[in-house]
Amino acid sequence: MRIGDFRETYAQDEALWPTVTQRAWMLALLAALAVLPFFASGYVVGLACILGIHVIAAAGLNIMTGCTGLISLGHAGFMGVGCYTAAWLAQRGVPFYVTIPAAGAMAALLGALVGTPSLRIKGLYLAVATLATQFILVYVFREWDSVTGGVRGVNVPNASLFGFELDDDHRMYYLIAALAVLMLIAGRNLFRTRVGRAFIAIRDKDISAEVLGIDLFRYKLYAFAIGSFYAGVAGALLGYFYRAMTPEYFTLQLSIFYLAAIIVGGLGTMLGAVLGAVFMTLVPEVLRALVSFIAQWAPNATVVLSPVQQIVFGLLIIGFLIYEPHGLRELWQRMRRLFHLWPFRA
Amino acid sequence: MRGKQSFASILWNPSRAEMSEPLLHVQDLSLSFGGIRALDAVSFAAQPGRITAVIGPNGAGKTSLFNAISGFYRPQRGSVWFDGADITGVPAHRRAAMGLARTFQNVALFRGMTVLDNIKLGGHNRLQAGPLAALWYRGRAQREEMALREQIEREVIDFLEIDHIRHQPVAGLAYGLQKRVELARALAMQPKVLMLDEPVAGMNREETEDMARFILDLQEERGLTVLLIEHDMGMVMDISDHVVVLNFGQVIAQGTPAQVRAHPEVIRAYLGEQAVPVAA
Amino acid sequence: MAPGLDLIFLLELAIIGLLAGGLLSLIALGFVLIYKGTGVVNFAMGEFMMLGAYFFYTANVMWGWPVMLALPAALAAVGVAAAVVERSVLRPLAGQPVISILMATIGLASVGHGLVEAVWGGENYEMPQLLPRKPFLIGELLIPGQAVWSFLLAATLIAALTLYFRFSRTGIAMRAAASDPITAVALGIDVRHTQRLTWIFAGLVGAVAGIVAAATTSLSPALGGVALGVLAVIILGGLDSIAGAIVAGLIVGVISSLTAGTLGGKVRDIVPYVAVLAILLIRPYGLFGTRQIERL
Repeated sequence: MRIGDFRETYAQDEALWPTVTQRAWMLALLAALAVLPFFASGYVVGLACILGIHVIAAAGLNIMTGCTGLISLGHAGFMGVGCYTAAWLAQRGVPFYVTIPAAGAMAALLGALVGTPSLRIKGLYLAVATLATQFILVYVFREWDSVTGGVRGVNVPNASLFGFELDDDHRMYYLIAALAVLMLIAGRNLFRTRVGRAFIAIRDKDISAEVLGIDLFRYKLYAFAIGSFYAGVAGALLGYFYRAMTPEYFTLQLSIFYLAAIIVGGLGTMLGAVLGAVFMTLVPEVLRALVSFIAQWAPNATVVLSPVQQIVFGLLIIGFLIYEPHGLRELWQRMRRLFHLWPFRA
Repeated sequence: MRGKQSFASILWNPSRAEMSEPLLHVQDLSLSFGGIRALDAVSFAAQPGRITAVIGPNGAGKTSLFNAISGFYRPQRGSVWFDGADITGVPAHRRAAMGLARTFQNVALFRGMTVLDNIKLGGHNRLQAGPLAALWYRGRAQREEMALREQIEREVIDFLEIDHIRHQPVAGLAYGLQKRVELARALAMQPKVLMLDEPVAGMNREETEDMARFILDLQEERGLTVLLIEHDMGMVMDISDHVVVLNFGQVIAQGTPAQVRAHPEVIRAYLGEQAVPVAA
Repeated sequence: MAPGLDLIFLLELAIIGLLAGGLLSLIALGFVLIYKGTGVVNFAMGEFMMLGAYFFYTANVMWGWPVMLALPAALAAVGVAAAVVERSVLRPLAGQPVISILMATIGLASVGHGLVEAVWGGENYEMPQLLPRKPFLIGELLIPGQAVWSFLLAATLIAALTLYFRFSRTGIAMRAAASDPITAVALGIDVRHTQRLTWIFAGLVGAVAGIVAAATTSLSPALGGVALGVLAVIILGGLDSIAGAIVAGLIVGVISSLTAGTLGGKVRDIVPYVAVLAILLIRPYGLFGTRQIERL
C-alpha cells in the first residue's frame, strides 16, 4: 500500500519518479540492465539487443501514432533509411556517434517530406501516403545498387569508439540499452511539456487544439519527424548489430509488427511501447519454439512460420483493439492500483 | 443573484457613442453555407470589461457567429475586429495568441489527459519550448513549465475551486465539473476576450449559480470582457450588460436586458405572433 | 524505329490499360462501398480478392467442380467470410475512433494474408482459362481477348451495382444508413443489417475481381498487393465517389500500362504508389471527392 506520499513542491509533483520507492525501483532496474550480460547466455543478450531496438522503434511509432494519432504504415521503411544512411557513412569511416544521429536525422527529414503534403488533410490519407512511401522505399532499397547494395544488401563495419570496437553482442548491448533508456526518458519528457500536450490534444480533438492556438500542421510535422527520427536510430542500430542488412528486412510486415506492438502495449505512452516491444519480441520466439516442437510430427511445419506469424500479429491487433484497447499498460496500471490500495480493493 | 440592470441601463445606451473602443466587434458579417444564410449582415460590439450575451431561438446562428469570430468559418462578407485590428483573415490558431479564448457547446476537453494537463494547454501559446528543448526537459523547458504550473494554480485552479480533481482524467468527471475545467483552460490563456458557448447548458440550479458567480467575479476582479451564448434567460438577464438577439441569422434587437426583454420583435421570435408582451 | 510503329504500340498499351482499368475500377468500387458505408478504408480488400480466387481455385481445380458450381460456391464462401468479419470484428468496434477501425482492417489484412499463405503456400498457381483468349483486331491494333472480356465483365458488374444502389429498396436503404445512420434508424432501417450487407457486397466485388485478376495473371499471395495499388485509384477519384472510382480506375489503368510498356515491368509496381503521393500533393480530395467539413 502507498502511504505518506506527500508532494511538497510543484517540482516534486511534476517529477517522473516522485516517490522514493519509485526511484529505488528505477535504480534497481537500471542496475539489472547493467549486469545482465554477465549472467545471461549469449542468446539472451542477443535477444535483449533486438528488444532494445524494437523498444526504440516502438517508442517512436507511439509518439507519432499513439499520442498524435498519425497512422504510419511506413515505419519499417524509415528504419531502412536510417540503416542505409548509417551504413553508407560508416563505410566511409564516419564514427558511430555521428552516423547514428545522422541516420535519425535523415529519417526525420524524409518523414517531414512525406508528411508535408499529407498532414494537411485527414489522417486516413496519411495512412495511405505512408503505405505508398513504404513500397516506394523498399523499391529504392532494392534498385539503388550503388548506395544500398541492392538486393544483395550492404555490409556495416563495426561501430568503434576511439578504437574500442563494438564487435560483439555484449558491447552492442550496452550501446543499445543506453540509447534505449535515453530515448525513452526523452520521449517521456515530451509529455511534461507543451509539445507533448499539443500532440495529445491533436489526437483527441484537433479543433479544440486549434482554438487554443496550436498550429496543427507544425505540430503534426514535429510528431512525424520525431517518430521517424526514432525509427532511423533503431534502423542504424539494427545495421550495426547484424553488421549486414538487406532490403527484405524493412517490409510492410515489419511496419505492421510495430503497429501491433503499440496497440498491444498501449497507445500513447512510453511504458506502452516497452511492454508492447517486449511482448512482440517474445511472440516470434514462442512461435518458433512451438513450430519446431510440432515439427517433430510434421516436418514441413517450419514453412508456415512466417504466415503463422502474420496471422498471430493480425489477431493480436484485432484482439487487443476489441478487448483491451488500452493495451498491456492498462493491465499494468490495474496491478499497481491493486498494490497501492491494498488492503482495500481497487 | 445581484441585479445589474439599473447600473447597466444608466451607463449603457446604444444611441450614445461608445465610452471606449470596443474590444471585439463584428461588422456587417454575412455567412452562407451553400444555399443557407447562417448570418446576415450581423453587427454588434463587445465593450471592454462588459458581459455581452448573444441570444436567440435554436438555429438563429449564434454558434455560427462564434465560429466566424473564432476563425473556423470564413465569412462571405463583413469583418471581425479585435483590439482595434481587422482579424477577418487571420487563421484560427493565431487568434488565440491575440487574446481570444472560447469554450464549446459540447465540452471539448481532451479526454486522454488529466484536468491539469488540459488546463496547461491553455498556456500553450505563452510557452516557448520547441521539440528539442522538450526532449531534453532540463533547463528552459522545465523552468517555463514550473512557472506555468504556479501561475495556473494561483490564478485558475484556486479561483475555480478545482484543486481536488486536478490529477484526475477528465473523462470520468461530472458534466458540471467538465464545463468548469473547460472554463479553466480558457482562463489559462490569459485572454482579453472570453467567449462562452452555452456555459451553463445542462446544469442544475446550483451549478448555474456557481458558474454565474465565477463569470461575474472574472468581470469584476479581472476586468475580463465576456461574450456568451446562452439559453438560460434568467442568468442572461441577471448578469449581462448588453444583449444581442439573433433570429434567422439577423440581429433583431440589441440593448440592455430590460430593453431587449420588452422588445416586440424579440417576443415575437421566441413566443410567436399571438403572444402578449410581458410586463418589463 | 518508324514513328508509326511507336504510335500503334502506345495506342495498344493505352487501350489495354483502359481495359485493365475496368478491373481496377471494380476493386475501387469495393473500397468506396465500405468507405461510404462505414467511413473506413478497408485495408483488407486485397484479402477478399485472394480468398475469392483461392476458393475458386480449390473448388474448380483441386476438387474438380465445374465452373458453374465453383464460381457461386467461391462467391458464397467469401460472402460468408465478409459477414463473419463484420459481425466479429467491425461490430464490436462500432463507435470507436476511425483510427482503431482502420488498424483493425490492417490486422484483418495480416490475418487473411497469413491464412492464405499458410493454407495454400506461396507458389504461383495456374488458374483455368475463364475468359476467351482470342484477340480482337481493331484496325492495326491487336488487343488481347482477356483484356476485353474482363473489362466487359467489370463494366457490367459496376453498372449493375450502380443501378442497384440507385433504384432498389435495399440499395437506397444502404445509402441512407451510410449518410446518416441515426436518421435511418429513426425511419425504420436496420442499420446493422445494411452495414453487414455493405461488407458482403464489398467482399463479393473483391472476390470477383480477384478471380478475374488471377485468371488474367496468376494465382499467388501477391494478388493481395493489387488492392493496395488500387488505393491510388480511390485517392485519385475521391474516397467517397463512385463516379470517381470508375474514372480514376480507367486513368490509372492507362498510366500503369503506358509506364510499364515504356519503362519496364518493375516500374509498374511502383507507379500506383508514386501516383498516390503525387495526387496527395496536388489534389488530395481527388477528382470528385467531397471536401471534408467537420461539424463543430
